[in-house]
Amino acid sequence: MTVNKLLDFFTTRILLLVLGFAGLTGCGQHTDSDNVITVYTARNEQLIKPLFDQYSQETGVEIRYITDKAGPLLARLKAEGESTPADLFITVDAGFLWQASEQGVLAPVDSQTLLDNIPAPLRSQKNEWYGLSLRARTIVYATDRVQPDTLSSYEALAEAPWAGRLCLRTSKKVYNQSLVATMIKTLGEPEAERIVAGWVSNLATAPYSNDTKAMEAVAAGQCDATIVNTYYFGRLLRDNPDINLAIFWPNQDDRGVHINVSGAGVTRHAKNPEGALALLEWLSQSQAQYLFAEANQEYPVNPDVKASAEVQSWGEFKPDSINVEAAGRLQADAIKLMDRVGYQ
Amino acid sequence: MALIQSDSRGVLLGAVRRTRRGLAWRLPTYGIAAMVLMPLAVIVFAWADPQPDIWSHLLATQFGRLLTNTAILLVGVGICVGCLGVSLAWLVATCEFPGRRWLDWGLMLPLAMPPYVLAFIFLGLFDYSGPVNTWVRNHLGWVDGLGDVRSPAGVVAVMSLVLYPYVYLLARSAFLGQGRTLMDAARSLGASPARAFLKVALPMARPAIAAGMALALMETLADFGAVSVFNFDTFTTAIYKAWFGFYSLSAAAQLASLLLLVVLLALWGEQAARKGRRATSSTGLPERYRLTGGRALGASVYCSGVFLVAFFLPVCQLLVWTFQHLPDFNPRYWHFVKNSLVLALITSTLAVTLATLAAFGQRQSPSPTLSLAARVAGLGYALPGSVLAVGVLLVLTLVENNLLQPVARWLGTGQVLMGSLLALVLAYVVRFYSVAFGPVQAGLEAIRPSYQEVAHTLGASRWRVLRQVYLPMLRPGIFTAALLVLVDTLKEMPATLLLRPFGWDTLAVRIFEMTAEGQWQQAALPAVTLVAVSVLPVVLMIRRSRFQHG
Repeated sequence: MTVNKLLDFFTTRILLLVLGFAGLTGCGQHTDSDNVITVYTARNEQLIKPLFDQYSQETGVEIRYITDKAGPLLARLKAEGESTPADLFITVDAGFLWQASEQGVLAPVDSQTLLDNIPAPLRSQKNEWYGLSLRARTIVYATDRVQPDTLSSYEALAEAPWAGRLCLRTSKKVYNQSLVATMIKTLGEPEAERIVAGWVSNLATAPYSNDTKAMEAVAAGQCDATIVNTYYFGRLLRDNPDINLAIFWPNQDDRGVHINVSGAGVTRHAKNPEGALALLEWLSQSQAQYLFAEANQEYPVNPDVKASAEVQSWGEFKPDSINVEAAGRLQADAIKLMDRVGYQ
Repeated sequence: MALIQSDSRGVLLGAVRRTRRGLAWRLPTYGIAAMVLMPLAVIVFAWADPQPDIWSHLLATQFGRLLTNTAILLVGVGICVGCLGVSLAWLVATCEFPGRRWLDWGLMLPLAMPPYVLAFIFLGLFDYSGPVNTWVRNHLGWVDGLGDVRSPAGVVAVMSLVLYPYVYLLARSAFLGQGRTLMDAARSLGASPARAFLKVALPMARPAIAAGMALALMETLADFGAVSVFNFDTFTTAIYKAWFGFYSLSAAAQLASLLLLVVLLALWGEQAARKGRRATSSTGLPERYRLTGGRALGASVYCSGVFLVAFFLPVCQLLVWTFQHLPDFNPRYWHFVKNSLVLALITSTLAVTLATLAAFGQRQSPSPTLSLAARVAGLGYALPGSVLAVGVLLVLTLVENNLLQPVARWLGTGQVLMGSLLALVLAYVVRFYSVAFGPVQAGLEAIRPSYQEVAHTLGASRWRVLRQVYLPMLRPGIFTAALLVLVDTLKEMPATLLLRPFGWDTLAVRIFEMTAEGQWQQAALPAVTLVAVSVLPVVLMIRRSRFQHG
């Protein structure tokens, strides 16, 4: 009797409940794939949704998306394999784009528009992904304590005059990993290791968890300079226009400022590859490029498009012309290097 | 002599029959264990893909520091949540002092605060560039201010302030259930209040306290958000480094499986230590000790101080940030609130039902296999959220691609399981099952087995015993379990992000969108909403339990 009643309870209540939800949501999955583009994006909703909305308005194509960090999204794309609903994968950082390509979840696309709009160092050599916005990782210093002419390069921050005056963000952030990876590529591993070790010994305090905190420490006088992505500086400036911080563009006499991209690629098992490609091409043309970069105070990748006036006011700079793919390829080496010298 | 023999044989026969008949009661535990085991197996199977390169690097440069840091965190948080949780619960449950009535529920509220949010607020206030430190430097003239608060002590403090409610909630129900008859007996035999507490009340509440501490420590072990805000490297940060940095999900899973081993051993130890101890409940409404004068003041100041630091001040800071970014509010927020609540209610109902059936089943039909299965079923909570989410994802896609896709293709639909609400709820239940099981089991252990024996003697079936004897007495435990799962689901981020159906954005997803690019102050609005939504069930629960305990 007990068994029967228990089973009864299960079937009547819980199973019904569970199956009900499955039914409810399972039905919603079926969509007309021609008129819908499905996007997995690691670029934040607030930065990408305005563009999606505009695209839908212009073309009548619906865009549905899921946001998450790049790692889990990539794991999901890979696990889903052929059955994935995703047509387009958008992420920040060239390392993740390179990794997506390595894991075989992206498909090469043949598009003259994309080749014309996006410079070669900012896209995959196999045409599997394309940069959509460009961010520079540069030096920010305290204007009341540092003469700009005492600054010159990333390397110089490792020298004796900077002892106890440097703040850095954690080495666990991919932006620093990419910076060190490109240094390994250009300068060779021993030299890069010497420089990063120099940074660590010049630290005024343990590395911060984000760029904004590091800049606030510079402003408050805990240290005199740090290395950050420019849009964090822009954001801080908006909240606090009189802050005692300024941007310095390093390495202008040699390789240039370290840059990175956010970008996208069409997935290998896309259900609507034409739609995804059309969206990608649309994102690379002038009007969308301006909005895409402006939303996060970044730089457009399309050379015909100027950055917003606010971003331009930080001055012109020479960017590092190395292909950003190097950041992905050498990322593991960069992490090991930073671990060896005790950069946390 | 012959009489005794036949008697013992009768008992033996009875026990055998009971075990056989109880088989059905074991099913829920086995079911949950299987559900948890599948993603865990995926994680453990990662050892099939050895990563000697990453391992030798980690062992050479990182491991010692990571283990030390993790140990400091566990010991520190363990001591702090134990002391805070038990002392607050004791005061609130058994004493009467000014402010007790609202502190009773007020002290549960920090539960609603996601650890990483409190961590960020804490650093925002006390960091070198924060207002407190700046004031100290400028007005007191201390050159270094308060020193670096991004220290082990800082992490322990933040984690303890958000996690003590687990111990507080469970210990509180236990103390309320004990009544004071035994305490009074001990006192009348000449024991001092402190001695009576240590020798009588505390041991009786031990299963509940242990369950609360186990939850708090598992969450500590799995935490990634708060420790990253402090840039405090632990075992969890190494898991994420292996995954996102070295792009090796295998190495990450291998590290995570070590975490599982540690937790399995700890849980086994906890169960073994608990063996043979069965606290029993007393009937009768608890009569509180009336504190007066300095003691009453001390109790009020201590309890409200904890409330102030762990909840009131952080919420004030969030509100300040919210008003600075008020234009962010739009009608979509109601949508997020609704999604969060729906998901939390479904999960909480399902998890608590399963936990109750499983805990009752374990009592009906104990066996070594069953208790092993029960331990396995509880492991989901100890894994970092993202790792567990990917484990569940891998299992679901396996089922989807091999079993469901052929059918789906034939029907002309896309994915069935992935991207459905069912997948997400499954992941939640796997993750939070132990949160539901702990309080229910602790509640069950406080119930005298003789009640059931009496009911059986009177001819009641097990099913009827569960409904009419156990459920009413278990109500506080079940409410605690439901509340914990509800709030934990509201806060849950990694599985929600990875497995939610299109358009099912929740408040936690909203917080992620803002914090992912470091816009913490703009995350204040969803964070405050999340806290407000979580407070609702807390208040409801308290009303019910106050009704019960007078």
